[in-house]
Amino acid sequence: MSAAAAAAGPSPVERTEQRLRLAAYGLVLLIAVAIPFFLGSYRVGQFTLVLAYSVAVLGLNLLVGYGGLVSLGHGAFFALGAYTSAILIEEAGLPHLMTVPIAAAVCFAAGFVLGLPALRIRGLYLALVTLAVAIAVPQLIKRFDGLTGGTQGLNVAQPTAPGWVPLADDQFLYFLTLVLAIPMFVLAANLVRGRTGRALVAMRESEVAAKAMGVDLARLKTSAFAISSLYAGVAGSLYVFSIGFVAPESFPLTVSFAFLAAIVVGGLATIGGAIFGALFIEFVPIYASDVSDALAGVIYGAVLIAFMYALHGGVMGVLRGTGRRLASRLSREKRKEPLDEPPQPNVAPAASDSPATRPPTITGS
Amino acid sequence: MKGLRGYVWIAVLAMVALIAAGCGRDEDKGSSSPGITDAEIKLGGSYPFSGPASAYKSIRDGAKAQFDFVNDNGGVDGRKIKFTTLDDAYEPPRAVQNARRLIQQEKVFALFNTLGTPNNLAIWDYVNKQKVPQVFVATGASDWGEDIAAHPYTIGWQPDYVTEAQIYADYLKKEKPSAKVAVLYQNDGFGKDLLGGFEKAIEGSNIKVVAKESYEVTDPTIASQIRKLAGSGADTFLNITTPKFSAQAIAAIAKSDWKPLHILNNVGASKALVLTPAGLDNSKGIISTSYFKDPEDPQWQNDAAMKEYKAALKKYSPRSNPNDPFNVYGWGAAATMVEALNNMKQPNREALMDSVRNLDTEIPILLPGITVQTSDTDGYPIEAMQIQRFNGDRWELLGKVVQSKRQT
Repeated sequence: MSAAAAAAGPSPVERTEQRLRLAAYGLVLLIAVAIPFFLGSYRVGQFTLVLAYSVAVLGLNLLVGYGGLVSLGHGAFFALGAYTSAILIEEAGLPHLMTVPIAAAVCFAAGFVLGLPALRIRGLYLALVTLAVAIAVPQLIKRFDGLTGGTQGLNVAQPTAPGWVPLADDQFLYFLTLVLAIPMFVLAANLVRGRTGRALVAMRESEVAAKAMGVDLARLKTSAFAISSLYAGVAGSLYVFSIGFVAPESFPLTVSFAFLAAIVVGGLATIGGAIFGALFIEFVPIYASDVSDALAGVIYGAVLIAFMYALHGGVMGVLRGTGRRLASRLSREKRKEPLDEPPQPNVAPAASDSPATRPPTITGS
Repeated sequence: MKGLRGYVWIAVLAMVALIAAGCGRDEDKGSSSPGITDAEIKLGGSYPFSGPASAYKSIRDGAKAQFDFVNDNGGVDGRKIKFTTLDDAYEPPRAVQNARRLIQQEKVFALFNTLGTPNNLAIWDYVNKQKVPQVFVATGASDWGEDIAAHPYTIGWQPDYVTEAQIYADYLKKEKPSAKVAVLYQNDGFGKDLLGGFEKAIEGSNIKVVAKESYEVTDPTIASQIRKLAGSGADTFLNITTPKFSAQAIAAIAKSDWKPLHILNNVGASKALVLTPAGLDNSKGIISTSYFKDPEDPQWQNDAAMKEYKAALKKYSPRSNPNDPFNVYGWGAAATMVEALNNMKQPNREALMDSVRNLDTEIPILLPGITVQTSDTDGYPIEAMQIQRFNGDRWELLGKVVQSKRQT
C-alpha cells in the first residue's frame, strides 16, 4: 500500500475486507455456540478440549509467532496449570473456577523465571533450555507423589451444570470453557494490536533496531514468557476440567511439540490460527489411529508435512489470501472500478498491513 | 460496517436465547440400556496396541477369537457380540478419552477387559458414575474387589496381585525359609500392590526383603537397578515387572555373576514374549505362577478346551501365536464374559452386574480345580494359582492349585 493511500484512509477493498473479517468472526462465534446443540456428548467433549488447547496455542504464538522466541517446553506450563488446578480442587476443595486465576498466576511466575535465561541466550540454545524443562516436569511430578498422586495420577471431579442451567453437563462444561477462552482471545488480540505487540514484532525482526527504538528488551522478553506461560496455565486448568484426570503421562514431550505444530498449522503470528491449530492437534491424531493403529504416528506426520507444503502461512494465511481476493472481487463488482493493486498471493500479509499481523520470517519457508 | 456488526450481535443474542430457552440435549436416561438389542451386544475395550506395553495386544486377539467363535455358534441368546477396541498406548489419559468415546460415541453396553491398573483407576470413577459395567478388567490389582459399594460396576478377573504375592511367600516359606529377597518392581499401582502383598505375607517369617529397586514403565532400561540388586547379597530375586522389563531383567542377570532363585510374576511369565527373547537357557529354573492351561504343556495336548482354543485362534486370528499365553488369557476372560452374558436375566446393565456378581462356574481353559466365583461380598473371581517352574523348554506345573487365604 502506498503512503498516499494510507493517508487517504482505508481503501474500498480494505473496507470490504474488514466487513468480510467481521462476518467471519460472527460465523465462527455462531458455530462455536451451536456446536453443543448439534453434536453428541463425546464430540462436545472433544471440542471442549479444542478450546482448552487453543488457549495454550494462542499463548505460545504470542511468544514464538510474534516475539520470535522459541519455546519447546510449553507442555511443562500446561502441566503446571493442570496440576495446580487438580490439586487445588481435589486436595484443597476449591471450586473449579477459583483455581483458574491461581493456576494462571503460578504459571505467570514460572514463565517469568524461565524467561530469565532468554535474556542471555537465544535461538537454539534457548530452545534447548525450554526443552529441558519439558523433559524434567513429568519426572518431577512422579517424584512428588504425595501431592501429585505420582504415576497413578489424580482423578478430578469435573464441573457439573448447576440446577438452574438447562444444559447437560458436557454442554455446560463446553460453554464454561468457551466463556473463559473468549476473553483470552480478546486480550491477546488487544495485546498484539497495541504497544506490546509492536515491540514484540520489532524484537523479532531485529533486536538491535528494537533496542534503538527504545524497547526494553529484558522486560519485554521476560513478560512475553510470563504471559505466554499464563496462557498455557489457563489452558491446563481448562484441560483438567474437561478430562477430569491428570497423570505424568498426560504431558509427554509430544504435547509441547503438538503446540508448536499447532501454531504453524494455524498460522504464525495470528490470533485466529490458534483455533485451527487446536482442531488439528485434537482431531488428526485420532483419525490417524482410526485409519491404522500401527501407522498412526506415520499418518499424523504425513498429514503435518502435507499441511506445511499446501498451506504456506498456515490456515490463517490461506483464509486471509482468500478473503483479500474475495474482497477485491466484491468491491470491483460493486463499484465497477479497476483495482488499485493486483491481488496478492496466498502468503500475502493482512490488508491492515501493520507489522504485527505480518507472518514472521522465521518460518524458513 | 455498523450494520454487519449489528447482525453479528443479533446472531449471538439469538444463540444465547436458544440456550436460555432450555435446548439442553435429551440424554438417553432411564430407557433400557444402550448397546444391547435383540441382535447385538456391543462391548468396548481399551488396550495398548502401541507403546511399551504393546505385547498385551494379544489379549485382545484372544478375546476377539472367543467372541467370534461364540458368534458363529449362535451368539448369546441369538445376540452377536461386537467388540470394539481402542489403543491407549498404556497411557491413562488416553484410556480416559477412550472410555468416553466407547460409552458416549460408540454407545457400548459394557466395557470389557480394559487393560492396565493405572488406566482402569483413571476411568473407574467416570465409568461408575455413568453406571456402565467395567467388567473383568485386565489387571490383577487388589483394588477391584476391595470396596464393592464404592465402585459397584467394576470387577477384576484374574487372581489379584496380593493373592499371587501370598502364593510366592508360601512357596518360599516351604522351600527357602530364610530367603534374602531383592525386589524389582514397576513404580505404579501394579508394582506396589504385589510388593505390598509380599511384604505383608512374609511378616513374622525369616524371609527378609534386603533390597528394593523401582523403575518407571516409560524407562528405556533397568540395567542399573539390576546392578544394584545384584550387589545387595540377596539369594532370591522377586521380579515384579511387565513383559519388556521381565525380559531385560532375565538377560541382565544372566550376564552378571548373580545367581539368585528367580521368582517372576505371572504378568511377565510369557515364554513367547519374555523368555524366548531373553534366552531360554537364561530362563531355566525361574519360578512363577499360573492359573490357566499352558498351550505348550504336553499334558493338555488332547484337552478339549485347549483344542477348541487352538482351532478358534487359528481360524479367527490366524496371525496370532497360539502359544502366547496372553491369547489364552483373553480367550478365558472372554469365555467368562460370555458365561456372564448368558446368565443375564434381562438385557440391561444392572442384570449384567447381577450376573457378574453371582458367578460360580468353571472355565474349561483354566487349570483344573480353579473355579470362577463371586458373590455380593466376594469381588475376586479367580483366587487360586499353581506354582510353575521353567525347565529350559516349557513351564512345568509343581504341586497343586493353591487357594488364596483371603477366601473363607
